[in-house]
Amino acid sequence: MILTNEQLERYSRHIILKDIGVKGQKKLCEAKVLIIGAGGLGAPAAMYLAAAGVGQIGIADADTVDLSNLQRQIIHTTNDLGKPKVESAKETMQAINPDTDVKIYNEFIYSQNILELIADYDFILDGTDNFPAKFLINDACVMADKPFTHAGIICFEGQLMTVVPHQTPCYRCVFTNPPPKGAVPTCHEAGVVGAMAGVIGCLQALEAIKYITGAGELLTGRLLIFDALSMRFHTAKLPPRGSGCAVCSDHPSITELIDYDPPTCGVKGGGA
Amino acid sequence: MIHITVGGEHREIGENTSVEELLRLENVEMPEYVSVSVNEDFVTRSDFAAHILRDGDVVEFLYYMGGGAV
Ligand SMILES: [Zn+2]
Repeated sequence: MILTNEQLERYSRHIILKDIGVKGQKKLCEAKVLIIGAGGLGAPAAMYLAAAGVGQIGIADADTVDLSNLQRQIIHTTNDLGKPKVESAKETMQAINPDTDVKIYNEFIYSQNILELIADYDFILDGTDNFPAKFLINDACVMADKPFTHAGIICFEGQLMTVVPHQTPCYRCVFTNPPPKGAVPTCHEAGVVGAMAGVIGCLQALEAIKYITGAGELLTGRLLIFDALSMRFHTAKLPPRGSGCAVCSDHPSITELIDYDPPTCGVKGGGA
Repeated sequence: MIHITVGGEHREIGENTSVEELLRLENVEMPEYVSVSVNEDFVTRSDFAAHILRDGDVVEFLYYMGGGAV
């Protein structure tokens, strides 16, 4: 592909970066990224990836915009109340950048539709709010060999890791199984600061851009933890890929996708 | 006593404290759903009781965080 004059100007701040340049921008313009969840994490990620000129962005969510979403889901506005989130997200993304082809999937993911959804994409962003979905995305991406970035947020804290299946540790290598339903406080009970979702969602967008352009080093083999109250970012090294993992080891015990029970959301120690 | 760092904060704990004991000392609810790293190395759950912390260790508790969309 050849970048038009308008594109050269629109993406000029990317193009002058030595780690992106014209070559990297063309890769972005040809890339396909799927964002699962048009909420707190997906909103900023979708906006930045559209602005960055990602060629095709898929966005999957079956919710409608609710007043309590607007504290953090900045892709939706007060005028969008009651609208399907994917439609509202698409309008914002296309207003930012009409070049981006936005594909909307007004559905929740489960074992029967996820493989088909991710099949067409180069990179997946997990912007979901519950463990059944997070484990499903992990397992499906491992089985289909699709790189993805996981994130979770709660209160003033967030975490992030990128997985390149069969090369780097997956979510299940670290967190073996979903916590039982009802065993941990939900997001609704625990709350989250809107700007926290923004920080972590933007980090996910950065991982997608780095993966596509090949810039720098991905957040693989490490879990990044961000504590906004102390304003500390730190990373914990993860175990090697597959060591006893039920899904990404060379002899996995999980070979079919699992629909776990609906949402539980975070577990936290005392003291914080 | 030895000095360690837990989630970026300084702690003074007794010698020969295991990871399992530290989870108790830190009042971690449901330690069965927390992963632990010491000096950036992941401690296997089955080693929690046997893994003894040393002076200067940097410990991180990795919690399940599920939030995102709703
Ligand atoms: Zn794994």
